Amino acid sequence: MIQYIIKRFFMMVLTVLLIATLTFFLMHAIPGSPFDDDRTSNPTIQENLEKYYKLDQPLPVQYANYLKAIVTFDFGPSIKKPNDSVNSLLARGFPISFELGIITILVAVLSGVTLGTLAALRHNGIIDYLAMTFAVIGISIPNFILATLLIQIFAGELKWLPAATWQSPLHMILPTLALATGPMAIIARLTRSSMLEVLTQDYIKMARAKGLKPSRIIIRHALRNAMMPVVTIMGTMLAGILTGTFVIERIFAIPGMGKYFVESINNRDYPVIMGSTVFYSAFLVFMLFLVDIVYGILDPRIKLHKKEGESS
Amino acid sequence: MTNLKEVEIKDEWFKPKAKNLEKAEMVVRPSLSYWADAWRKLKKNKLAMLGMFFLIFLAIMAIFVPIFSPYLVTATDYPSQNKAPSMTHWFGTDEAGRDVFTRTWYGARISLFVGLMAALIDFFIGIIYGGISGYKGGKVDLIMMRIIEVLYGLPHLLVVILLMVVMGSSLTTIIVALTITGWVGMARIVRGQVLQLKNYEFVTASKSFGAKTSRIIRKNLLPNTMGPIIVQMTLTVPSAIFAEAFLSFLGLGISAPFASWGVMANDALPVILSGHWWRLFFPAFFISLTMFAFNVLGDGLQDALDPKLRG
Repeated sequence: MIQYIIKRFFMMVLTVLLIATLTFFLMHAIPGSPFDDDRTSNPTIQENLEKYYKLDQPLPVQYANYLKAIVTFDFGPSIKKPNDSVNSLLARGFPISFELGIITILVAVLSGVTLGTLAALRHNGIIDYLAMTFAVIGISIPNFILATLLIQIFAGELKWLPAATWQSPLHMILPTLALATGPMAIIARLTRSSMLEVLTQDYIKMARAKGLKPSRIIIRHALRNAMMPVVTIMGTMLAGILTGTFVIERIFAIPGMGKYFVESINNRDYPVIMGSTVFYSAFLVFMLFLVDIVYGILDPRIKLHKKEGESS
Repeated sequence: MTNLKEVEIKDEWFKPKAKNLEKAEMVVRPSLSYWADAWRKLKKNKLAMLGMFFLIFLAIMAIFVPIFSPYLVTATDYPSQNKAPSMTHWFGTDEAGRDVFTRTWYGARISLFVGLMAALIDFFIGIIYGGISGYKGGKVDLIMMRIIEVLYGLPHLLVVILLMVVMGSSLTTIIVALTITGWVGMARIVRGQVLQLKNYEFVTASKSFGAKTSRIIRKNLLPNTMGPIIVQMTLTVPSAIFAEAFLSFLGLGISAPFASWGVMANDALPVILSGHWWRLFFPAFFISLTMFAFNVLGDGLQDALDPKLRG
């Protein structure tokens, strides 16, 4: 186990380093400098600006500076918003995005698992049919489309809920719903199919024969095993939710990290792009790492250290 | 009670039925090839067939509507801007008076093109990489899989966004960006399949006849892995369509005046509260329906092509 964690940790660092390097060289492959606009057409101003942002140094030195910036977590000032440093933007945006993400995951997992379990217990019944229809539809509607539809219906036509911003719990309903529906549908489908498989297993029959309460059988015996596929896809799901926050925050004018990220892309604000890309990927890769370890803890049948040599 | 004597007994009743003699031994079902069997099963899945027919319809409309429409995709007509659906503009018009009906089907073109190209390129890179990795095994496989593991950990859409920023937005860039990150899944599937199949006798036989590696992969291994590969391709298409719409929606993909479903939804965003419902509804409806169709078709194919479920 320890050996596996160390190995995975090493892979994690390698992945982040790869992304960081990729980001750096991609950004420097763009022709022209970030200061190519009217305001700074004066060559002296440009030179000074480049000096200020340390863009006048040779590439290897810049790369070294950049790696140092990552390790010390200090990405310097933003180019388009000179009063803000990349760090302050991240510090301002991240808590909000994190809140949105956590609520979304909670909603998606809790309702997805409940829906999937109910569907499995009423296999081929009406609940099953309705839940799976909902799931296929949920998977098919892109989150940004769902978000705009929700605004149009609940904020535009019915005027029940506010259309934008992130202030009260009431404001959180629509963005969370828009972001959580897709993952919820995927979780519901997965839970249903693995639950159906688990319910035919001998140990469930055994538990029934012992006369345990059905609720106890499902929660203690079936669900824990049925959850394994769900844990497996948590990684990809997190990535989806994370990128989903970009559009959702834009649509609902939520001042989170995604909004700054999209803004920085549209203004070509390189320090912010680089900083947030590295931050996002490091966060995501770390989450994948955690998911892997949780997986190992949840399923005692998996002997992690035996994975050496063969990987599927 | 019927009187038995009244029944006339005919001689021909007792003659052997010569016709059926040939088939008398046939107690098994007709021998079907893998593909015929899969098709038979797929036909039974109504939802998947519905998805397939919708996609055929979509493809036909996407090809012909922009050709025969009286309106150009990019043609602006400011006097008739933001008109609700009518006989002249079936799906209404947008803020520049462009015909939403024509733009919707043009958007279908873009989506289908991006989806199919991404799936096709993923397919080629994936089978080559996965095929070599799985067949060679040993050190080669170990190194190739380590590379894949690192790539698999990358946040794909983030990398795609980054590439779009660097390469500038165009249709080609979208496809390149999507395939740079997208082939990994296909390669993993092909490798897993090849790894299983390569120890079978027919491969050994082929090898003992002196077949080259490339021939064994091409002729013996790949045809037997086509099922999972096709399923993976059908599921790649909707995710590529989603990614294109997502990028266009963020302003990184195709940009106005050209139409893609993502662009149209993005353009509709400022006016959704002012009652121009058709601006959002049509691209939203078609993108969802297309993804739905690909998803159910993929599910159907998954069941139909799984040899374990053959029955």
